[in-house]
Amino acid sequence: MRVALFATCLVDTVVPQVARATAVLLERLGHEVVVPAGQACCGQMHVNTGYRREAVPIVANHVRAFAGAEAVVAPSGSCVASIHHQQAMVARRAGEHGLADEAEALAARTYELSQFLVDVLGVTDVGAYYAHRVTYHPTCHSLRLLKVGDRPLQLLRAVRGLELVELPGAESCCGFGGTFSVKNSDTSTAMLTDKMANVLSTHAEVCTAGDSSCLMHIGGGLSRLRSGTRTVHLAEILASTEDAVSPDQTTRPAVTA
Amino acid sequence: MTTTPQDLRTDQTPLAPGAPRSGTTFLGLPTAPRGVGHLRGDRSFPDAARDALRDGQLRANLGHATQTIRGKRARVVAELPDWQQLRAAGSALKAATMARLDEHLEELERQVTARGGTVHWARDAAEANRIVTDLVRATGTDEVVKVKSMATQEIGLNEALEAAGIAAHETDLAELIVQLGDDKPSHILVPAIHKNRAEIREIFLRTMPRVDADLTDEPRRLAMAARSHLRERFLRARVAISGANFAVAETGTLAVVESEGNGRMCLTLPETLITVMGIEKLVPTWPDLEVFLQLLPRSSTGERMNPYTSMWAGVTPGDGPQDFHLVLVDNGRTAVLADEVGRQALHCIRCSACLNVCPVYERTGGHAYGSVYPGPIGAVLSPQLTGVEDNASLPYASSLCGACYDVCPVAIDIPSILVHLRAEHVEAQEKPTAESVAFKALARAMSSPRLWRLAQRAAGLGRLLARGRPTMPAALPFPASAWTRSRDLPTPPAESFTAQWAREHGGRS
Ligand code: SF4
Repeated sequence: MRVALFATCLVDTVVPQVARATAVLLERLGHEVVVPAGQACCGQMHVNTGYRREAVPIVANHVRAFAGAEAVVAPSGSCVASIHHQQAMVARRAGEHGLADEAEALAARTYELSQFLVDVLGVTDVGAYYAHRVTYHPTCHSLRLLKVGDRPLQLLRAVRGLELVELPGAESCCGFGGTFSVKNSDTSTAMLTDKMANVLSTHAEVCTAGDSSCLMHIGGGLSRLRSGTRTVHLAEILASTEDAVSPDQTTRPAVTA
Repeated sequence: MTTTPQDLRTDQTPLAPGAPRSGTTFLGLPTAPRGVGHLRGDRSFPDAARDALRDGQLRANLGHATQTIRGKRARVVAELPDWQQLRAAGSALKAATMARLDEHLEELERQVTARGGTVHWARDAAEANRIVTDLVRATGTDEVVKVKSMATQEIGLNEALEAAGIAAHETDLAELIVQLGDDKPSHILVPAIHKNRAEIREIFLRTMPRVDADLTDEPRRLAMAARSHLRERFLRARVAISGANFAVAETGTLAVVESEGNGRMCLTLPETLITVMGIEKLVPTWPDLEVFLQLLPRSSTGERMNPYTSMWAGVTPGDGPQDFHLVLVDNGRTAVLADEVGRQALHCIRCSACLNVCPVYERTGGHAYGSVYPGPIGAVLSPQLTGVEDNASLPYASSLCGACYDVCPVAIDIPSILVHLRAEHVEAQEKPTAESVAFKALARAMSSPRLWRLAQRAAGLGRLLARGRPTMPAALPFPASAWTRSRDLPTPPAESFTAQWAREHGGRS
C-alpha cells in the first residue's frame, strides 16, 4: 500500500526520529511511504487554545497537502483525534462547507499508527526486537477519543526481547494537555509528578506511548530529575530490530550532560 | 422511552417566559449579576490552584476521597449491562426537555398551582433572594432549616437571609461542617470533601454548643454529635428551604434525592416549605424519572439506590408543610440555553462524577475554581452563567483528558464545551494580546508550506542556546519558562524530518 506519512508539526520539528521510525517500520512491512512536502499541522493546538478561526487555513493546508492520499498515517493519537473530531467542525463553523466535507473524507482515510497496523494491515507482530523493560502510558486522546484500546499493547507484547510491565494508574492523564502545560503549569506539574512516581515504581527503563507531546512532557520531567528512565515513542520500539535500533533512536539515558 | 432525538427542535432557540427577545435577534441575554451569589472567584484559577497544590493535607484528603468514590462508582456502574443506553436516554430526554423548556415550565407552574403551591419567577440571584427573604419574613420567624441545595449556594441565599436577620441552619452533614467551620463548599455533593475526620472533630468541638467534650474522630461519634445538634433545630423550625433534584412538569411533583434523611426531616416537619430551583431541573413526565433515578445514585455516591427519595406535589392537607412555594431561578440559564454548543451544560444532574474523576480537581480541590460549581462541570457552567469574561480562566482549567465525558451519566461533552468557551473568550478580546499575535503568526506559517519551513528552521536555531547539550537551558524567558521550570525541553534538531526526507529523496514528496 502507498502510505502518506503525516509527521505532525511537533514530531517533524522537535523529534524527527519518531517520524523516521514510522517510515522505516512501514517500509519494512513492505509498504511504500510518501511524505507530502506541503504538510505542517493538523490545527489542534489552535483549536484547543481558542483560535478556531485561525485554525481554518491550517486545516485547509493539511487537506491540500494530503489530497489524493490513499491512506494517511500519523504517529500521534492526539493529532489523528483532532483530524477526526475537530477539523470539519471548525471549517463548518467558519462557513467553509466544501473544506469541511474534504476534511471529513480525508479523516476517514487517516489512521493513528497502532490502529493502522492492527486494523488496516492486520499485523500485531511487526518483527521488532527491543531488549528493554518497558511500561506503556495510554495517552488520553488515544484512549478516550480514538479508543485505540489495547492495540499498542498487542503490538508491544509481540516485540521480542521486550519485557512489558504494567503501569499503575495508567489511565490518569499525565498533565500535558497542550497549552494547559504552560497556562496551568503548576497543576500540570502536580499531575506529572504523580505520573512519574507511577512510571518509576515499575522500574522500567523506558516509558512508551503513542504521542510525542505527552512523552516530551513525561520525558522532560524524568530528565529534569535525572532519573535515567527515558521516554521512547511506540514507533521507535516497533522500528527496532536485532540488527539495528531504529535510526537516531536514543538508547542512552536522556541526559548525558 | 418515549423520546427520540428526532423530537429535538434544535432549529428553535427556546426561551424562558419573560426573557428579552427581539424578532430572531438576541439582545444579549442577561447573565448572573455581579455582587450577589457565589459564581465568581476573586483570583484566576492558576493563581488559586498554585496555593491549593501546596496544601499537603488538602491533597491527601482529596486524593483519598476521590479515589474511594471513583472505585465505588465504577463497580456499581459495571453492574448495569444497559448503562450506555441509559446514558443515551438521559441525554436525549434532557435535550428534548430543553428544546421546549418554556412550555414545560408553564405546565409545571399550572400543576403546582393546581395542587395548592405558589410559583415565583426569579430573573436572577438578587430577585430570588428577595422573594425568599420576603416569604420567610411573612411567617414571622427568624430562623430556617435548609436541605442541601446548590441553587441556594449559587445565589448566596444564606448571606441574604443573614442580612435580613434570619439564621439559616444547614442540615446536610457536610454542609453543616462547612457552615460551622465558616468555610466554603468545595464539592457539589460532599461540600466538606477537603476536610478529614480530625479536622471535622476540631470544628465540632469549637463551634457546637453543648458538644460532648470527649468527642473522638470516629465517624459514628461525629455523626451522632451532628444529629443531636440538628435534632433540636428540626423540631423548632417553622420554615424549611430546599433545592430540588427534579421537578415533573405534568404532575407538579418535586423530588429531592439524599442519603442522610435530614432532608426528609426538613421537607416534612416545618409548616412552610420554600423550594428554590434552577429552571433547567425539570423533566416533562413522571416516567422520565425512571431513567434519572437510576443514573443519579450510581454516579454520585456509587450506590445502587439512594436511601431517601422525597417527592411532593403542592400541599396535602394534614400532611407535611401546609404552605409551599416554588421559586424558579434563571440567573443566566436562558443565556446558556441560547448557546447551541454550551447549552448541554444545563443537562447536568449534579451527580459530581466528573469532579471525582477529574485529575485537575483531584489535585487542586474545589475552592480554586472560585465558584460553587467546581470541577469539569463548573469550568463550563460558571463561565456561561456569568458570561465568559467574568470567569475567563476556568475554560482553561482542564487538560482535556476527557475522563469527565466518559463518566457523565447524561453524556455531556464537557471537553468540547471547554474548547468552545476558550474560543468565545479569545473572540471576545477587542485588543490583540501577546498570545493572539503569536497564534496568528503561527497560523499563517502553518498555512503556507514555504513559511512553515522557514519557521521550522528558525526553531532549529534554538539548539544554539543548548551549546551541544541534549536539553535546552532551564532558564528561558516566558512563556518557555512556564515549561522549563519543571521540565527539560529537548534540544531541537538541525533539520526537520520532512526536510531530511526531501533531501534524501531528491525533493520528491
Ligand atoms: S456534568 Fe455530568 S458528571 Fe458532572 S455533575 Fe453534571 S451530570 Fe454529573
